[in-house]
Amino acid sequence: MLAFLTQRVLQIIPTLILVSMLIFGLQQLLPGDPALIMAGEERDPQVLEEIREQYRLNEPIPIQYLYWMKGVLSGNLGESMRLKSSVASLVAEKLPVTLQLAGMAILVALGIGIPAGIVSAVKKDTAWDYGANIFALWGISTPNFWLGILMIFLFSVTLGWLPASGYVRLGEDWRASLATTVMPAFVLGNAIAAILMRHTRSAMLQAMSADYVRTARAKGLYERRVVLKHALRNAMTPVITLGALEFGTLLSGAVLTEQIFTIPGFGKLIVDAVFNRDYAVVQGVVLVTATTYIVLNLLADIAYVLVNPRLRG
Amino acid sequence: MRKTIGVAALALALTAGLACGASAQSHLRIGLAEDPDVLDPTLARTYVGRIVFSSICDKLFDIDEKLSIVPQLALGHETSADGRTVTIKLRPNVKFHDGEALTAEAAKYSLDRHLTMKGSFRRPEIASVDSVEVVDPLTIKLNLKAPFSPLLAQLTDRAGMMVSPKAAEAAGDKFGLKPVCAGPFKFVERVQQDRIVVEKFADYWNKDNVFVDKVTFLPIVDSTVRLANLRSGGLDMIERVLATDIKTVRDSPKLKLISAVELGYFGITMNLNNGPKANTPFGKDARVRRAFELSLDRDAINQVVFNGEFVPGNQWINPTNPYYQQAFPIPKRDIAKAKALLKEAGVSGPLTLDFMVPNGPETRAVAEVVQSMAAEAGFDLKIRVTEFATSLKQAEDGEFQLFLIGWSGRSDPDGNSFAFQTCGAPQNNGKFCDKEVDAAHAEARAKSNLADRKKAYETVAARFLPNGTVVYLYHRRVLVALSDKVDGYKQMPDGLIRVVGVKLK
Repeated sequence: MLAFLTQRVLQIIPTLILVSMLIFGLQQLLPGDPALIMAGEERDPQVLEEIREQYRLNEPIPIQYLYWMKGVLSGNLGESMRLKSSVASLVAEKLPVTLQLAGMAILVALGIGIPAGIVSAVKKDTAWDYGANIFALWGISTPNFWLGILMIFLFSVTLGWLPASGYVRLGEDWRASLATTVMPAFVLGNAIAAILMRHTRSAMLQAMSADYVRTARAKGLYERRVVLKHALRNAMTPVITLGALEFGTLLSGAVLTEQIFTIPGFGKLIVDAVFNRDYAVVQGVVLVTATTYIVLNLLADIAYVLVNPRLRG
Repeated sequence: MRKTIGVAALALALTAGLACGASAQSHLRIGLAEDPDVLDPTLARTYVGRIVFSSICDKLFDIDEKLSIVPQLALGHETSADGRTVTIKLRPNVKFHDGEALTAEAAKYSLDRHLTMKGSFRRPEIASVDSVEVVDPLTIKLNLKAPFSPLLAQLTDRAGMMVSPKAAEAAGDKFGLKPVCAGPFKFVERVQQDRIVVEKFADYWNKDNVFVDKVTFLPIVDSTVRLANLRSGGLDMIERVLATDIKTVRDSPKLKLISAVELGYFGITMNLNNGPKANTPFGKDARVRRAFELSLDRDAINQVVFNGEFVPGNQWINPTNPYYQQAFPIPKRDIAKAKALLKEAGVSGPLTLDFMVPNGPETRAVAEVVQSMAAEAGFDLKIRVTEFATSLKQAEDGEFQLFLIGWSGRSDPDGNSFAFQTCGAPQNNGKFCDKEVDAAHAEARAKSNLADRKKAYETVAARFLPNGTVVYLYHRRVLVALSDKVDGYKQMPDGLIRVVGVKLK
């Protein structure tokens, strides 16, 4: 087990180096000049030159990369050109927001997707099944920004139940915090619920025709117990994996949804940074999310090995 | 299953129970169209940032509704007969948010900071200032390199903002994270891309006219969502309402719309001399460009895209500005004349032109109307929708023949023209260069009274409008929508939101 762990952790290092080079290289392909966009309307050649010098934009790209890596390795992700604050503090400010939104969205997704999947599998080819499938089709095909704007019009403008946008921190006022995040969480969760529902349905259908389910029924168990205890437990593995993957994606920020509801998470941070060619912020955020993703992956691998000893070796 | 129902019921109960509690403090919430950049008057450069500054950082001078320059932190000024020194008397008993007094020393510090700090965007604005002298504890003297009449106008904006020397010295280039100025509100906190909170400054020099305890600025990029927030009561006022949303605001009994013609303009920059793309009859022959202008109906553009709410224009200042040249009215659309000019210039068959358009629903719509109008005269415009940052770079590099771009505007006409029209100036992307225009601009900078300056600008108009690089199209309206709870709001033509004098019912 120790050898396996060491090997997997060592594998992360080249992956991260490759990722860092990719991030750095790809954004150099973006057209536009960071100094020019930063200057905006105040384009004075001398000031532009000072900015280029200050942020080493005149150096060759490999040298810029080395400077950046040197900072990263000593725990300094750099400074935002646009806001003059450190990238690390920006990331620290956005991370709880993104975590909260992703967490709530995944709860919505699980809460809708799994029960709907079970119902449509158990009541296959009935109105329930068709209804759940129509819901799934709707969930997958409705664009987030559209659903978001419709919800704002209904719940905020017409009914006046929820704030139309903005964000309040959990620690500040948990009720207001939930009120500001419930709509975006639903919008995000709804799309994922549709995917989870389809997977739960097919996994359940497979499980329901398995021998152990027939045995359970033959033992005379109640149908509810057969479905929830015997079939569902076995059908859950692929659904949980999928859910975990979707959670990882949510952590990298929900660009459109955050923009519509003005949630200050990773998605908004990175979009603004790209449009303003604020390279240090783009690099920092992508590096942090990539690292999180890789670490989550590693944890999943370890969990598999713990559960299934056959994978060791 | 029971658990699921329980969770669902809890969620429902939570949603139903959520309501925002009203506070006794009067709290004004303003929706901004963008997230401001760094809040340091020396390093800032966005229009939206200026809106926030007008609550936290007072300036030496301000403008009124008629664009006249009025004192703010200064009491008055005197320009020497030769125009080379400007003496400014400061208002006594003004305090910065940290309790420090605004003295001549502090004013000198602020101006020197604008002039010398690395990466200062203010330096080009007040580059005419050679040195700042302290005359007495409440008087400073600016020694100029040459007479420069737009200087006072510059001091009505960020270059005139005074910062606390103590706080600025301690924070260095991080001052913008927690600005300390002498405005009506002091900075409380900023959550990047979420909000900026400021609260009433108890020792403000004009505190009797501040009726709001707290202001929160919330950047909400999507204009539909911004308006929805105002309608649902989540905001008290919003800036940059879309022209197409004006009707919704007017139809709502709970909302008010306040507008003013902007100081800036929207127009098409043409490439005369910047790289190989200028080597076409369009870049080289003024008659072809004149034909293009004659193919456009500015009023129709305004009607089609903006429901007639904006103001058509043909100069760098709007028709209500005192510097507007009446001798050069908006040319009427004349296809026959346009075709004749093209024939005279030897252009046969449709002339294909690369038309760079920064992405946005309104800019795209304007571009399409221009395209169809110009087609009738024999121009084949290829619209190339380009992301904004990319378009700036390509404009600089001459990667365009036509470029649709706006300018947010400055209170002095110099700020709308000099950097675009003189040889080698930073915003002169089409590379127009004419010695007479340069000389006229220099004259306008040196003269201080309106009549003399207007005369100099007449020369500029006569040379630049028919031969220059910009076809000016229209002036937007500054559109601010307010809830009916907000009282006493006055809109200045610079589009900024001044909270002094505003009351909440």
